[in-house]
Amino acid sequence: MANLKELKGRIASVKSTQKITKAKQMVAAAKLRKAQAAAEAARPYAQRLEGVVASLASKVGASDNAPRLLASTGKADTHLLLVANGDKGLSGAFNANIVKAAILKARTLIAEGKTVKFYLVGRKGRAVIARTFPGAIVGQFDTTAVRTPGYDEARAIAKDVTDRFFAGEFDVATLFYSHFRSALAQVPTEQQLIPVSVPESAVPATGAAVEYEPDEETILADLLPRNLTVQIFKALLENQASEQGASMTAMDNATRNAGDLINRLTIQYNRSRQAAITTELVEIISGAEAL
Amino acid sequence: MLHFELVTPERLVRSEEVHMVVVPGSEGDFGVLEGHAPIMSTIRDGNIELYKTGATTPELIRVEGGFAEVNERGLTVLAERAE
Repeated sequence: MANLKELKGRIASVKSTQKITKAKQMVAAAKLRKAQAAAEAARPYAQRLEGVVASLASKVGASDNAPRLLASTGKADTHLLLVANGDKGLSGAFNANIVKAAILKARTLIAEGKTVKFYLVGRKGRAVIARTFPGAIVGQFDTTAVRTPGYDEARAIAKDVTDRFFAGEFDVATLFYSHFRSALAQVPTEQQLIPVSVPESAVPATGAAVEYEPDEETILADLLPRNLTVQIFKALLENQASEQGASMTAMDNATRNAGDLINRLTIQYNRSRQAAITTELVEIISGAEAL
Repeated sequence: MLHFELVTPERLVRSEEVHMVVVPGSEGDFGVLEGHAPIMSTIRDGNIELYKTGATTPELIRVEGGFAEVNERGLTVLAERAE
């Protein structure tokens, strides 16, 4: 049985851990509000852009001179998986869930005989993917230098990815990120970036003939890279909100666990103390009786 | 009145009813009044002129990169940057 001094030390150490998790929880709660607001503010642009791309794509999509970002290379042999992670831990299973979804997808693709390449955003998850698929990581984007990845970072990532696409490094690109549903629920999500997948519901039903300045193809060629950037930007924002949400929940749990542990240790400490006192009393009394 | 929306990736900058908007299109400026025919145009870096009523001096909003769309709901300008 642990002696009193040891128990005291353990209680103190759990208490200081609890202070850290508590602080981290409150920081995450404050950051979550900001990240959530940013994610919501970015939605109108992404939605409207999607609507415009959808209506243009339905017009141009069938023709032969459709941009390659829309029509793809005609093959689907090499897949690029864009995995967007955070830079920091202490956020529960947030990073692990995204990586797990990406690895699962990669396994299915490999089983179908496709080549899989990875492009990583953020510091986390790199080690796991490098170990599971050695040599499959073709690029990564470092976000450790910036506090909150914004539109400029999204643009840099999109440019890097499109450059690789036009260099013929891959045929299909899929983005993995965590969709922010609420502070308690973050859903790992995959989204096909290249070729652009157009949801049927996004096509607005307009009967009027629209005039284009310049022509449809030129607008679309200008629009598609921009759409790619916006989709990545949206994913980065969703990820930030998700990370803070996951962090808040995880730290809340940790704080509560630390509290339980402290209670248990305190009871054990008190019991040991009483046992020690009782033993001493018994010794004194039996000593006195012996006289 | 014309319903005018200016949106950037970061946020919805403007959403209001105005008299007229002059948009710096890539092939020339064009003014949009209520009931304008549907058009979609890329825009060049420049100023959007916003006329709240018919007889005021325009408010200038600097925009960079993007495009403008006019449909039956009004005018939407999607810009990469706006002030």
